[in-house]
Amino acid sequence: MGRYVVRRLLQMIPVFIGATLLVFLMMYALPGDPVRALWGERSVDEAQIAAMKADLGLDLPLWHQYLNYLLGLLQGDFGTQIASGRPVIDVITSALPATLRLTALAFLITVVLGVGLGVIAGLRRGGKTDRMILFVTLLFISVPVFVIGYLYQVFFAHNLGWARPTVQDPTAWSQLILPAMVLSSLSLAYVARLTRTSVAENKRADYMRTARAKGLTGRRAVSVHLMRNSLIPVVTFLGVDIGNLMAGAIVTEGIFNVNGIGSAVYRALSYREGATVVGIVTFMILVYLVVTLLVDLLYAVLDPRIRYA
Amino acid sequence: MPDVPMKATPEAATLKATQPAVPVPVDEQPDSGPAPGKPRSLWSDAWHDLRRKPSFLISAGLILLFLTIAAFPGLFTDASPRDGDLTQFYLQQPQLTHFFSPEWLGYDAQGRSIYARIIHGTRASIIIGLTVTAIVFVLGSLVGMLAGYFGGWVDTVLSRVVDTFMGIPFLLGAMVILVSFDVRGPMVISLALAVLGWTTIARVMRGSVIQVKQADYVQAARSLGAGTTRILMRHILPNAIAPVIVVAMIALGGYISAEATLSYLGIGLADPAVSWGGDINFGKDSIRVASHVLIFPSIMLSATILAFLMMGDAVRDALDPKLR
Repeated sequence: MGRYVVRRLLQMIPVFIGATLLVFLMMYALPGDPVRALWGERSVDEAQIAAMKADLGLDLPLWHQYLNYLLGLLQGDFGTQIASGRPVIDVITSALPATLRLTALAFLITVVLGVGLGVIAGLRRGGKTDRMILFVTLLFISVPVFVIGYLYQVFFAHNLGWARPTVQDPTAWSQLILPAMVLSSLSLAYVARLTRTSVAENKRADYMRTARAKGLTGRRAVSVHLMRNSLIPVVTFLGVDIGNLMAGAIVTEGIFNVNGIGSAVYRALSYREGATVVGIVTFMILVYLVVTLLVDLLYAVLDPRIRYA
Repeated sequence: MPDVPMKATPEAATLKATQPAVPVPVDEQPDSGPAPGKPRSLWSDAWHDLRRKPSFLISAGLILLFLTIAAFPGLFTDASPRDGDLTQFYLQQPQLTHFFSPEWLGYDAQGRSIYARIIHGTRASIIIGLTVTAIVFVLGSLVGMLAGYFGGWVDTVLSRVVDTFMGIPFLLGAMVILVSFDVRGPMVISLALAVLGWTTIARVMRGSVIQVKQADYVQAARSLGAGTTRILMRHILPNAIAPVIVVAMIALGGYISAEATLSYLGIGLADPAVSWGGDINFGKDSIRVASHVLIFPSIMLSATILAFLMMGDAVRDALDPKLR
């Protein structure tokens, strides 16, 4: 197990460097000069620009800038916003709680409803319930999140009045339920379908026949034997999905006016605040990598075959 | 996916690599299939299944319709998607009985016919979906095949490259690329999506090739003296490609959704280009007084995505011998 953990940790390093380098290049290979943009329409003093660039380290060659950025990351420095001089980590920490709450709630809905529907459909493969669940999940996958968002907003908030159309206070869980439902819809559908396939496959496995043959009740055979084996691929997907949920929050947070990471990165993109974008995206890549690592470790715990492979 | 919505399609990925199909007794269908005694190939077997499947027929019909609309929008409407008449048509409600006329689905806040706009918006979505899928299919299959077949350090290096691209959130990455372009045409958007999207296909192809390369017929071909290129092209590729095709089909719907999301966020296609995502963004401002501005492009967009997903689902079920 120890060797496995070390190997996975070492594998993360090139991936992290590669991914951050890609984002860094994407953002800084852009046309447009963030320092010059500070002057707007006013006349520009070249000496002042040069001095400011030297101050921010923007006059260095690109590889040197990236190296500085990586070294900063090691000390928990995600960069500094050029216009305001505010550290990007400040932007992240002030926006993170709302996104975390939203993501957590969406994740909960995904797990409970997704796995629940998937198990029901998988146990009754081919039946009426199964076909209905398949159809509904297919709808959830094909209707884009922003459309679902507005439909829910009109229906649940404007017509029925069950919820507020926008989130006024992101610390109130009750206000986050509607956005979380929207955010989770796609993942929920994927999880339900994945669980269904997995359960339907494992239902016919030899160990299930053995379990029934040795006199276990159907309920026990399903809840102990079938679930444990069927949920392994689902756990992997759920882990990767946390990263997707955080990135998907851009759209949902926009519709429901939540001041989270998604809104922050969207604002930064529209103002071309390169430092902020790179900082936040780097943070998301880190979250994604750590979660995938945790999932892989969990996977190894759940399935001994992986550990010794 | 995405985010959105773009993410790996886990279900399709579980589809195992092609096994030579189990011979089906030929006398069951005397009218179809090859000569008696010869087992049908996996594909003809699948085709035999698909022809009888309502979900396949419906999705194929829908896709055909959308392709026709994309190629010849003039067949469906004479109205221009860009001409607005503010004095007469501002947010006019749909006239649902006036089939196929410009006022059928109502007008938007600039007095433009929504029917004309959703017809003319089809082309952009379809072109971007097809282009991204084509690039991703070629690039991903190539990388996946090399990594899976050669193994060793080739696999290690290529897999790390795949992991690196996978570490970047799909939609966010595309936004970061696109925001640097002042003019974003369909080609630029397609490239941005393809750069981040090819990894899914590469992973599926790699897994599929690893399974196929242990098959007896590959050993046989090698012992008969076939070269690497021949083994790859004649034996591995045809037998490993089935799951990749399924994933690509399902992903096509995802790319159309991603393009719409980008256009909706204002980082994709912009005026004067006509796109469903942009129209949905435009419609959200009048959602409470004139919901039709948002609803009809949404229906069109969702139906397109649904058609490709349904097609992928149907083909996967037909190709998967385990479900027989």
